[in-house]
Amino acid sequence: MQGVGAGAGAVSVLATPEEAAAQSSVKSLGPAAVPVTLTVNGKPMKTAIEPRETLLDTLRSKLDHTGAKRVCDRGTCGACTVIVDSKVQYACTILAIDAQGKQIQTIESLTANGKVHPIVPAFVNNDAQQCGYCTPGFVMAAKGFLDKNPNPTYEQVKDGLGGNLCRCGTYVGVRKAVLEAAKALRGGAGVKGASNA
Amino acid sequence: MPNYSWPPMNERKVMGKPHSRLDGFAKSSGRAKYPSDVNREGMLFGAILTSPHAHCTIQSINTSEAEKMPGVSAIRVTAPAGTEIQWAGAEIAWVAADTEQHAIDAMRAIQVQYRALPHFVSEERKSQAGTRAKPAGEQTTGDVDEALKAADAVAEGYYAIPVLAHSCLEPHGQVIEWKGDRMEYWPSSQAVSTVAGDLAQQLKIPASQIHVSMDYMGGGFGSKFPSDIWGAECARLSKDSGGKAVKLFLDRATELTIAGVRPSAYANIKVGGKKDGAITVWQSESWATGGFTGGGMPPIPYIYTGIPNRRLNHAAISVNAGGARAWRAPNHQQACFLTFAAIEDFAAKIHMDPAEVLVKNLGFTARAPLYERQIRLAQEMAEWKKLWHPRGDSGKSHIKRGLGIAMSTWGGAGHPSECRVKINPDGSVELEQGTQDLGVGTRTVVAMVAAETLGLTVPDIKVKIGDNSYPVSGPSGGSTTVGGVSSSTRKAAVHALEELFQKVAPSLKADPANLEAVGGKIQVKGDPSKSIGWKAACQKLGVSSISATGKNDPKNPMGLNTQGAGGVQIADVSVDTETGVVKMNRVVAVADCGLVINPKTAESQVLGGVIMNICGALMEERVMDETLGRVLNADMEFYKLSGIKDIGEIVVHMDVHPDNDKRGVIGLGEPAAISTIAAISNAVANAIGVRVPRVPLSPDHVLTALYGKNMERSRA
Amino acid sequence: MNNFEYVNATSLKEAAAALASSWTDAVVLAGGTDLLGLMKDYVMSPKRLVNIKNIKELGGITKSGAGLRIGATVTFDELANSALVRQGYPSLYAAVMGVTSPQIRNMGTVGGDLCQRPRCWYFRLGHGVLGEKDGKSLVADGENKYHAIFPEGRAHFVSASSLGPALVALGARVKLVSAAGSRELEAAKFFVAPQSNEAREIALLPNEILTEVVLPAAGKNATYEVRQKDALDWPLVTASVNLTMKGTAVTAANIVLGHVGPTPRHAAGAEQALIGKAVTADLAMAVGEAAVKGAKALSQNAYKIQLARVAVKRALLEAVGVKA
Ligand SMILES: Cc1cc2nc3c(=O)[nH]c(=O)nc-3n(C[C@H](O)[C@H](O)[C@H](O)COP(=O)(O)OP(=O)(O)OC[C@H]3O[C@@H](n4cnc5c(N)ncnc54)[C@H](O)[C@@H]3O)c2cc1C
Ligand code: FES
Ligand code: FES
Repeated sequence: MQGVGAGAGAVSVLATPEEAAAQSSVKSLGPAAVPVTLTVNGKPMKTAIEPRETLLDTLRSKLDHTGAKRVCDRGTCGACTVIVDSKVQYACTILAIDAQGKQIQTIESLTANGKVHPIVPAFVNNDAQQCGYCTPGFVMAAKGFLDKNPNPTYEQVKDGLGGNLCRCGTYVGVRKAVLEAAKALRGGAGVKGASNA
Repeated sequence: MPNYSWPPMNERKVMGKPHSRLDGFAKSSGRAKYPSDVNREGMLFGAILTSPHAHCTIQSINTSEAEKMPGVSAIRVTAPAGTEIQWAGAEIAWVAADTEQHAIDAMRAIQVQYRALPHFVSEERKSQAGTRAKPAGEQTTGDVDEALKAADAVAEGYYAIPVLAHSCLEPHGQVIEWKGDRMEYWPSSQAVSTVAGDLAQQLKIPASQIHVSMDYMGGGFGSKFPSDIWGAECARLSKDSGGKAVKLFLDRATELTIAGVRPSAYANIKVGGKKDGAITVWQSESWATGGFTGGGMPPIPYIYTGIPNRRLNHAAISVNAGGARAWRAPNHQQACFLTFAAIEDFAAKIHMDPAEVLVKNLGFTARAPLYERQIRLAQEMAEWKKLWHPRGDSGKSHIKRGLGIAMSTWGGAGHPSECRVKINPDGSVELEQGTQDLGVGTRTVVAMVAAETLGLTVPDIKVKIGDNSYPVSGPSGGSTTVGGVSSSTRKAAVHALEELFQKVAPSLKADPANLEAVGGKIQVKGDPSKSIGWKAACQKLGVSSISATGKNDPKNPMGLNTQGAGGVQIADVSVDTETGVVKMNRVVAVADCGLVINPKTAESQVLGGVIMNICGALMEERVMDETLGRVLNADMEFYKLSGIKDIGEIVVHMDVHPDNDKRGVIGLGEPAAISTIAAISNAVANAIGVRVPRVPLSPDHVLTALYGKNMERSRA
Repeated sequence: MNNFEYVNATSLKEAAAALASSWTDAVVLAGGTDLLGLMKDYVMSPKRLVNIKNIKELGGITKSGAGLRIGATVTFDELANSALVRQGYPSLYAAVMGVTSPQIRNMGTVGGDLCQRPRCWYFRLGHGVLGEKDGKSLVADGENKYHAIFPEGRAHFVSASSLGPALVALGARVKLVSAAGSRELEAAKFFVAPQSNEAREIALLPNEILTEVVLPAAGKNATYEVRQKDALDWPLVTASVNLTMKGTAVTAANIVLGHVGPTPRHAAGAEQALIGKAVTADLAMAVGEAAVKGAKALSQNAYKIQLARVAVKRALLEAVGVKA
């Protein structure tokens, strides 16, 4: 059940002697936990993970970054959206071990160091959340979208957020929020948006 | 007795004005901690072994291999050898381990031998249900046969609406940690004040030993009232692991399979009446399933309950599938669809505008004037005059546009609720209530009510909810939360203010009964010159705070809340008759919920209700395999939900009207989530000229309605 | 998912060496958008994953001769942002944009798209690629509304690849490399209909890596997807066409249907009807009709025959710029 054991044990999985020979030069990690360093919101963070651990589970369980949510765990809902090397991605469908050496940006970064990214108050102003469980994913998808499309049309907003689902039905607010945030960003506003929490 | 009544509509300073939700920032910044976000020192993870068979007995179960797996701290079996399992996904055994993966590894190492038994999962085929169909007995009023004979026209149709899964984005589950004989419990729940009692009963311990905390929760829609077996087993796994915290949430497939569904409904319906639109007769033979235990009957004919001649036959069918739970307006969507589709078909049969048929027969409803006003308003907003056309008369293009209309009704009112309002000498105000915010905006609403009552602003109120050590408030179900919590808050705030008036009256040389709180001041009624600022007033308290409570008693709501919300929705769709793809153009929703406290979150509720039902109308359905007896789409891929581009435009009209306002607070979550499916189905019929009998209105169903099951009549 | 060991290959050679002669031993990991889901569902449980995303030579979109070379780890998003793709291969661009999730477009790769496994729910529940239980097809009498109208033998699933139909219609070739050497294959031959539950639906061998796709210069091409919804969903039926024209007359035609069978389906008979003619609405309709000849509906999917006709018609009209 526990895979094939570490190091030398790996050779036994290979069928032929030739393969085994070629194998000797292959560097493999795991299946036991291996130390990794993940760069989360600019900060290197060290932890140990089995290769099968997803970035999402590592963030949530090991690094206490619980903003990204686990909903489908299959890359079909967007609740786990993070930005990896400037691109929106599903953290549930990335191996944490694969994310080493990359810039991982989570929703926590949008309200860090006393600054507030305008997308956050735009979601509040437009009531773009109900239960709020899908919201961090939407906010990050919107952030990634606006980074690439600073001046979007209404139609582009709808296409740009096609990778996220909401069960409470907040889409109308989300559409408005993204347009409002785009405007705020173009105006250079919002580094210190209002918090009413 | 103090006067609790709501301030007159035109004098409200806070209530009735849109206010951003108080927890919006926490949610939109990802800082809000949901139960599934709770991380505790040394926390363990739980996993559940569930049945792959729809019907079977457990022959044997062996956990010895599993116990040896890395990281395992506890294993429990709840379906020992000999247990009969009645649906796939039923819980068998439970594991706690140091990591989630280890828990799953060990769960998979448990060896079970099953003896498969015959199952039945396809309730639509009623003829095959045999004794699993439990007839409810015929209900008759008037002379149906005679009325059918006498009718100018009778529309006859078959209508089908499937089982849906709640699909809360935060799955069911909890974190539990014991500290001695006290338990910390973080459930994802709709019932902060009652869920501990429920769990205590399962565990046979005093409820007072359980402390519930839940600041946020990720969706319930009616499925998250009980503590459930996973609550009890999580507690036991924790206990067996020396009290360490255990996190146990259902995975997505299990969530969709066992954590609640909406019952289906199928019906053969006849609606008959006169050429002028007067309906005289209703006959229905309906059946439905809510899982293994059968399930309830949709209330048909819906709203038009007074149709003089009615014959109803209903059967509840037991299937080997996970059970139904309350679903945002239980049975109403089904009833609404069955009724309004059938009435629309009758209207088409007599070549009448269905809206006129609805109006013509309003005498059969409980609230004719309200509905008439709402129908007319919705028609105007939806450009009915311009866009509606007789059924099927929608031009030559393969893209056909159509409009459809349907109505809703809901009880609402206020559940039992108690609130405590504290006024502190430093002027701060705290509001404590054992309620929960499912996303409807409870936090914000109670703060608004307290601010209004105390003459303050919303940020002046510190709201504390989501903890069962606060005064008891009811579970959030049936759209009764806002009615309940707003009323108890109002009373508690009135009581607290009275005490404050007593303290400050001497300094204003006034009778406490002659004081009022407005604009951050306490003043002699109508005389701003004799006033004292809020802070200064509170300083008069010396060292002791005021702590006052207020209760909503559903039997005597004192005019603060009431029952009965009506609404009308019109859907505007375009159907591609070559592909059967239905696109939403617009939904117009006219929603009444009595007195509206926060128009902003109220509008969101309506939008949410409409969107949830766009999913239900166009794409959502649980797909069961007859051979396997399993759900084939227990995921978020083929269990389809609409995305941001799939919903068209939605126009909400909150029916804020003195007649509605004076009735008090009603509640909104459910009423807004009822009529969209029927309206969309009617719009599609209007567009393409035939009824698509099956919901969802997916391309296969639409094309089948147009061209026959084998596409006999189709071409490119 | 079961545990595995992880190899982070930085060269093709290293990656090829890390693979093995059986899928249970080692499997290539690209974007992971398909593979990780299958592993979480225990449909695939390889003992080793070989990450190929850090192999430079597998990336990049470059002009090659008269055509285009697309590296295996090129993402949907990179394809979408390539002017070469947008301008020369609108059928490919449309297929890419049919993957409506920006996240998937950022993660999913060309190689992964071609090598992904079917979405058939019986397969995903562990009943094999043929979806059988006790030797009997679960599909044939089961829930088959998304399944094949052109089954091949026992295979009733549909090829899930969005790029497949476009690449086949465009006459693309794929390159497969193993430790022992390399071979090239027409995209059309890359997709196969397995006849056992252990077999794969592609010609790739366990020890091979798909390294690149090469597209020849294209004629007028277009893809039309029939989609029930926009967000996060699969097309119900796809048609991809590539027309060589002389003036307004078609001199050669490729019509390929997607989501109708276990492989992208060349509608060979239908193509004939186009030769020497200008594409009109009526002709497109007739070709759509011809394209579904021989289709065999299962109990719930006759509607897909209608969708296939329409998809062909619309793709043809779009290719030549006629409004439907
Ligand atoms: C929500 C969602 C929506 C999707 N929508 C679509 C869609 O509309 N259309 C569509 O076509 N797909 C879709 N997919 C499927 C899939 O994500 C994409 O096809 C994607 O391109 C797969 O690429 P990948 O790099 O992530 O593959 P991986 O998951 O990494 O790999 C998939 C398979 O291919 C093998 N493989 C990958 N690269 C190579 C290579 N170079 N050589 C040999 N073998 C290789 C792997 O071993 C594995 O078996 C969707 C997936 C999800 C989760
Ligand atoms: S949890 Fe990652 S996409 Fe749903
Ligand atoms: S706000 Fe609840 S799921 Fe989106």
